[in-house]
Amino acid sequence: MALVDVKSLRQIFDPNTPKELWGVVAEFENEHALLKAGEAIHHQHGYTKLDALTPFPVHGIEAAIGIPRSILGYIVICIGLAGTMSAILLQWWTGEIGYPLVIAGKPLFAFEFAMPIIFELTVLFAAFACVFGMFALNGLPMFYHPTSNFSRVARATDDGFLLVVEKSDPKFSAVETRQLLMSLGATSAEVVED
Amino acid sequence: MADLTLTNSDLDAISPRLVLDKGKRPTGYKEVTEDVISIIEVKTPKAWWLAFSISFLVMCMLFSMLAYQVMTGVGVWGNNSPVGWAWDITNFVFWIGIGHAGTLISAILFLFRQKWRTSINRAAEAMTLFAVACAGIYPVFHVGRVWRAYWLFPIPNTDLNMWQNFRSPLLWDVFAISTYGTVSALFWYVGLIPDLATVRDRATGLRAKIYGFLCLGWRGSAVHWNNYEMAYLLLAGLSTPLVLSVHTIVSFDFAVSVLPGWHTTIFPPYFVAGAVFSGFAMVMTLLVIFRKWFQLEHLVTIKHLENMNKIMLVTGTVVGYAYGTEFFIAWYSGNPYELFAFKNRAFGPYWWAYWSMISCNVISPQFFWSKKLRTNIPFMFVISIFINIGMWFERFVIIVTSLHRDFLPSSWGYFRPTYVDILTFVGTFGLFMTLFLLFVRFVPIIAISEIKGVIAGDKHRNLPEHVEAQMAAKRDEIMKVRV
Repeated sequence: MALVDVKSLRQIFDPNTPKELWGVVAEFENEHALLKAGEAIHHQHGYTKLDALTPFPVHGIEAAIGIPRSILGYIVICIGLAGTMSAILLQWWTGEIGYPLVIAGKPLFAFEFAMPIIFELTVLFAAFACVFGMFALNGLPMFYHPTSNFSRVARATDDGFLLVVEKSDPKFSAVETRQLLMSLGATSAEVVED
Repeated sequence: MADLTLTNSDLDAISPRLVLDKGKRPTGYKEVTEDVISIIEVKTPKAWWLAFSISFLVMCMLFSMLAYQVMTGVGVWGNNSPVGWAWDITNFVFWIGIGHAGTLISAILFLFRQKWRTSINRAAEAMTLFAVACAGIYPVFHVGRVWRAYWLFPIPNTDLNMWQNFRSPLLWDVFAISTYGTVSALFWYVGLIPDLATVRDRATGLRAKIYGFLCLGWRGSAVHWNNYEMAYLLLAGLSTPLVLSVHTIVSFDFAVSVLPGWHTTIFPPYFVAGAVFSGFAMVMTLLVIFRKWFQLEHLVTIKHLENMNKIMLVTGTVVGYAYGTEFFIAWYSGNPYELFAFKNRAFGPYWWAYWSMISCNVISPQFFWSKKLRTNIPFMFVISIFINIGMWFERFVIIVTSLHRDFLPSSWGYFRPTYVDILTFVGTFGLFMTLFLLFVRFVPIIAISEIKGVIAGDKHRNLPEHVEAQMAAKRDEIMKVRV
């Protein structure tokens, strides 16, 4: 992905951007209907470029539409350990080299007194990795996305359950995918342009 | 139809929605969105303006007192030898302690899968942030030259040419508090993102743009939720030891010293229990008011309040036990200085502070053994205020009584606060309430997406109406609701 996504910037500011077909968005009554349809379209009909828009995390949707487990944990532990190392280095270097000063006969560096700050910096680094790692993996901030052209997209943050099929899916066909989604119990299905 | 027999403990497990709705108002997804978001969409109520102006004035008083202190010197506070730490550190520990309930509710109860936390975690986390902001004022201004406060942090500088002393618990405290404030803010913001998107989708024009910017363009995509839930779980896992460490390190400020009354190993657990105790009392004080004001009784129910009272009963009893243990060890250690410090605490010139602390912290939560009393809202409101007062006295007693009579009787003294001390402390309540009122005006005060997750987990959601009414009646009977 380019550093600056010119196309999506244009989509935000220029109402006359040429549109092209992007995918199909279907709406479902509730989370059970969504899960059932997601399960069917992914496992039975073999679609892979799927996403769902829901007002809360619907459990089981990852397995149903084939989203792999988040890799965030690996990022967090690496950066957390970097925090541990920086805390040790910071306290050792300042005590032993940067400003060696004997206070109350205590050693210039020891793990006993360094422990609280080692812990705090580990948590601090890990927490930053957690939040900004999540943003990075999700591509946030993302102020434009083709699904926002769906007429009832606002329901996805209220009480709507939407299933998204992208055009890039090898099995995609504007007419057939729409019909399939309707036959899987969607209350409505629309073609969305980008 | 089958007769339903429910016990109290079944209620959470069987039907989260029964815990939510009291059988009086519908709690579908749409209704929850409407009930919570409409609070910040309606025209600003007159009562809000009134409360906000009072809080704002009190906050201005805080800033003028701080300005006076900076221009004149720390001498405008009552601290003086032998009591070098007085109201400033008392208030610092008091506010930091209050913050702990928020993280406990958001992190520890999350890991324990306590679904009832979803109704109260947003407000409690906000309260944590504001309490940490109030707490931070005291050590920063106590350094005297506030413009040099950055010397607390290991930033390479040419005006000092020194590095910090990492052997000092005071520096550990700097790291603990700043980490805690930062991580709480991150946790709170991450929790807010989906709800800000809900506000955006109901708004138009500039308002939609502002909330759209703040929620970073959140759409509720399943791919995003996948990473989001992992981030939330990891943050909860990180915050759980963090919240326990913060008050532990605050207690090290005292426990690592060699002063009788401070130099005890019981301090870390005792401080953490006290912090949770005072934090829940403050959440209770605020929620009793705000659930009534914004008509959220079907989301923040008597069951939530009762659970909080149970936690206060446990932590209050732990605190009482710690008071007893301190006295026992003072006698059992055979250390005459230690024994004197504790006799002086209870029967010395500050006896009134000690016994206020005992009656507020040890005696008042014991009423919550009674189901009738812990489900009585006016009663629990009064008790929560008592606990807030008692926990302030606890910190005052620990700090001032240990300092005012040190090893040399010729230098004994008696601490009296100045008017600057008093007005600064009152002023922090103004800051706290101003921030909290801004929060209830501009941010959804209940975590909507989390509540919806709880509703979705309700297996009995689509029961016929008469069965549901019967379950609600059973529940009310079990709860013996007294509102």
